[in-house]
Amino acid sequence: MNDLALVNKNLWRKPVRTILLIVSITIAFLILSLMLSFNSAISNFHTLPTRMVTLSKINFTESLPIAHYDRIARTEGVRVATHMNWFGGYYQDPVRGFMPVFAVDPQTYFQVYSEDLQIPDAEREAFFNDRTAMLVAEPVAERWGWRVGQRIPINSNIFTNGSTGNSVWEFTLVGTIPTPSGSSQTGSVLIHYDYFNETITFGRDRIGWVPFLTTSSEVNDQVANAIDQRFANSQDETSTQDEATFNKSFAAQLGNIGLVVTLVVSAAFIAILLIVGTTMALAVRERTREVGVMKTLGFSSARVLRMVLAESILLSVLGAAFGVGAAALLLSALSGAGGGGGGPQISFAPIVIAWAGVIALLLGLVTGLPPALQAYRMRIVDAFARR
Amino acid sequence: MTDLIRLTDVEKSYVRGKEKIAIFDKLTMRIAEGDFVAIMGPSGSGKTTLLNLLGGTDRPDKGSIEFDGKHIEKLSEGQLTAWRSANVGFIFQFYNLMPILTAAQNVELPLLLTKLSPKKRRENVATALKIVGLEDRAKHRPREMSGGQQQRVAIARAIVSDPKLLLCDEPTGDLDRATADEILATLQTLNRELGKTIIMVTHDAEAAKFAKRTLHLDKGRFDERELAA
Repeated sequence: MNDLALVNKNLWRKPVRTILLIVSITIAFLILSLMLSFNSAISNFHTLPTRMVTLSKINFTESLPIAHYDRIARTEGVRVATHMNWFGGYYQDPVRGFMPVFAVDPQTYFQVYSEDLQIPDAEREAFFNDRTAMLVAEPVAERWGWRVGQRIPINSNIFTNGSTGNSVWEFTLVGTIPTPSGSSQTGSVLIHYDYFNETITFGRDRIGWVPFLTTSSEVNDQVANAIDQRFANSQDETSTQDEATFNKSFAAQLGNIGLVVTLVVSAAFIAILLIVGTTMALAVRERTREVGVMKTLGFSSARVLRMVLAESILLSVLGAAFGVGAAALLLSALSGAGGGGGGPQISFAPIVIAWAGVIALLLGLVTGLPPALQAYRMRIVDAFARR
Repeated sequence: MTDLIRLTDVEKSYVRGKEKIAIFDKLTMRIAEGDFVAIMGPSGSGKTTLLNLLGGTDRPDKGSIEFDGKHIEKLSEGQLTAWRSANVGFIFQFYNLMPILTAAQNVELPLLLTKLSPKKRRENVATALKIVGLEDRAKHRPREMSGGQQQRVAIARAIVSDPKLLLCDEPTGDLDRATADEILATLQTLNRELGKTIIMVTHDAEAAKFAKRTLHLDKGRFDERELAA
């Protein structure tokens, strides 16, 4: 036997209580791990210092008139601009089949995102020349078993197809886009803006946002100011930002997941801090006499303090390890089952381990310190006098 | 016989609320090495306080306490803790065993403070359990043992690090007569055969008969004739 064995035995003195505490800590670290992996996935998108985005000043869901595009493209310092619309697409099932379908202007889109659109010339030309053509990220095609040349019905949960009267559009799959980790095209489905614009029953001649390249990153601020000032006090004011900022706000618009998760994680950790702290204090109070015995036998106050702290840290670390492990398994399973689904592909980010380690250590210290100090200060005479 | 313990003009009082309660006022006594002393007296006479002072779990307000020529009242908290683990074994009325540990692990506890190897620790634990006749209960937890067996484990824990002094606070107070006599006989053996100096606080006159001598304490003072004897 040694001190660590003694700490471990004390931790499992009341197994049900310990298991419930570990489960609650596990849940908090599971949520934390998912949030960190999500943030990591968003932050890892390729960005170019010269790539910027103009969108409605109100928010991402508010469209802009197509006339804005021409004016933005002609702004001094803008090298090339394109435009995109959110289609609200899904395949077969609105939830499981959700995918980010973008209606784009093919030629300019390929110029603005050239580094992530390395596809064979034949496929690119096929996309340029067929208004009903569709390009999809490779994992999307793999997930649904689509083959080049196949006609794919895509639903929209926003728009109605004026030519058919329902919400389905048929597209011809003309090629797939390789999407290595961090590709800006991860999960993307691209269709023609012209075809989309002609067939929708409302919102025609409107665009979602305008990505563009500047001639140099040094003129970014100047270009952003010029564009936003140009549309100031108009019906459709704009907000121009760099690509990294836009990616984050775009992800946030998907449901403000980051904010919600941050709030949930914070609430969970505060609750757990209180629960674990109270339980540890109670556990040490229950052992008042034993602490007295240990000190009587010759265990120093510092050693008793270390043992109580070690117990709370062990508890936190166990919960954190299970939480991080569960997140890794969950993300791995999701990635296997739903690779190519909508939005950024979230995989387990190794940085989570470091963060979870630090937070578990802090949680253990914060929750363990008050009872550890209580045990440290406890006089032997008082320990035996207490009932 | 040489003195193991020497208390000189020891004063001790407690503050309870606004009231200061004097327990000892210039208490002086000597206990020889190898002695087995029973201390009897009414509740509140200072018996447990005296054990706390002798065992270094409490400090006197004034006066000196010498153990083997060493002034323990002058030791720092850390030094006192180390001194206690090396020189004093404690036996309590309610055994005070760790419920999460087996008998052997309970006995091993004081040895965690030494530099003995795990093997040597196991040997010492086995010897201590053998002395108290519990070698076959080493893997049992306290709740799986009777009161008498638990007290034997507590005695094994008290002697495993081979201290010179055993302090017993009502060691048989929670046991029936027959079991109490067995425990007291064990203490007697430890005193006679291993030379342990034993100071036992008890309310039980029958228990006191197992000691070499009995001192009566009342209102913080010993009977002078008994002390002189």
